[in-house]
Amino acid sequence: MSNVQIITGNQAAALAAKLCSVEVVAAYPITPQSQLSEILSSYVESGELKAEYVRVEGEHSALTVCISASTVGARVFTATSANGLLYMHEQLHWAAGSRLPIVMCCVNRGVGAPWTIFNDQQDSLAQRDTGWIQLYCRNNQEIIDTVIQAYRIAESVYCPVMVCYDGFVLSHTMMPVDIPDAAGVRAFLPPYQPHTILSPDDPRNLNPVLFPGQRRDSEGVLRDGYMDMRYKLQAALEKASETIRAVNAAFAEAFGRDHGGMLWEYRTDDADLILAGMGSIASEATVAADRLREEGIKAGVVGIRSYRPFPKADVRNAFRNAKGIAIFEKSISYGYEGGLCSDLKAAFYGTAIKAPIHNYIAGLGGRDVKARELAAAAKNSLAGFEKGMVEPQTTWLNTTTG
Amino acid sequence: MEERKDDNISAMGTVAIGEAGKTGDWRSLRPVIDRKKCIPTVKNKPACFLCWLYCPEGVVKAGIEVEIDLEYCKGCGICAEECPPRAISMIREDKSHE
Repeated sequence: MSNVQIITGNQAAALAAKLCSVEVVAAYPITPQSQLSEILSSYVESGELKAEYVRVEGEHSALTVCISASTVGARVFTATSANGLLYMHEQLHWAAGSRLPIVMCCVNRGVGAPWTIFNDQQDSLAQRDTGWIQLYCRNNQEIIDTVIQAYRIAESVYCPVMVCYDGFVLSHTMMPVDIPDAAGVRAFLPPYQPHTILSPDDPRNLNPVLFPGQRRDSEGVLRDGYMDMRYKLQAALEKASETIRAVNAAFAEAFGRDHGGMLWEYRTDDADLILAGMGSIASEATVAADRLREEGIKAGVVGIRSYRPFPKADVRNAFRNAKGIAIFEKSISYGYEGGLCSDLKAAFYGTAIKAPIHNYIAGLGGRDVKARELAAAAKNSLAGFEKGMVEPQTTWLNTTTG
Repeated sequence: MEERKDDNISAMGTVAIGEAGKTGDWRSLRPVIDRKKCIPTVKNKPACFLCWLYCPEGVVKAGIEVEIDLEYCKGCGICAEECPPRAISMIREDKSHE
């Protein structure tokens, strides 16, 4: 039996945190995340959610509270955007290095300077190498479902998960969302079992200084050095791909919705031209693909759901028959190109995928991206590919350049 | 003998003396207590113990007499600074060996 409500992305994320029975919430309000922290605060105030809501003076402290609470065995939640996420940066590394299954929503917003409150994905992309799993959502249904999946993933592999969704485009836009029932979520998500619980009965030195080499501790155990411990994090992230696929499959079985494991595909079966992206822009690209098909161009879309771990095997499969690729990104690695474009090119290296690739930077700081503009851009790329254009310059869509 | 490996997924150790190694060899100044000034010794009762309270390494034993574990004392000199009757002197390790 379904329970469809028309809600915003922020409401969907808050409902998901409540359904997952989080025990500690620490968040600092920032546009466009504010509504999410306000709703969670009201749930705690009304008693609907039996959790501790810790009001903090900034995002660095918000994540620090989550780290501490997770260390003593609580299921925790936080959320932020843009400069707030950047302010957490040090603690992002700390959370991942401590292998704490914290779930955070990043409501994607452009980063200052210059100030913007509007959407792009520069904030989360800039946190790529912190050791967090990053999942991108294309609509509000995916937000609620992905947050629930995120806890199961995080608590299976002991890595923190960032659930990313586009500010305003999703966070403040109302859509019909089928709310999973509480009993179903309880059955899907077993209680959190910490890998270690810090307790007065079993005191530990957590995250002491590690030396370049391994070292024998006072009990004679050869303890890992810094590099060995870092390798464990890398191995966990690599292994997480399997878990993300399995959790998505288990969710589909339990709730009847399959959002793709590491990525999703739209009309790619016979597609010559594949549009690619993450989050709402990839969703927009499906409308563009339909328009292109109306014009007789066999177009499809690949949406990257898990950016880290990167779906190397999955993209090699999804793009294997592509004759041309257009990648649309709401972020840029300054001085080079879009990060997703670089990663896809690297994944194709050494394979039979030799399709030309055109990288588009689009929608920074909330600049509008219409489906017809994506269609026109992709069509333009295709025309270039047919004329033998192999390595086009990165194109800034709808931007005054030159 | 089979080596016991570190099976922790994040860095941690049990709380134990010497967990960070023998830190006494970091020391360039050694605390030396003058028993004629040290309050617990002079009064022959458990008193003062500010050296024990302030020692950041927990290497001072609050007893009669006060003892400092030189295996782990890093020689920071906080005990000497805090000692009300100035009973603790910091002596250069190289000179004290002479």
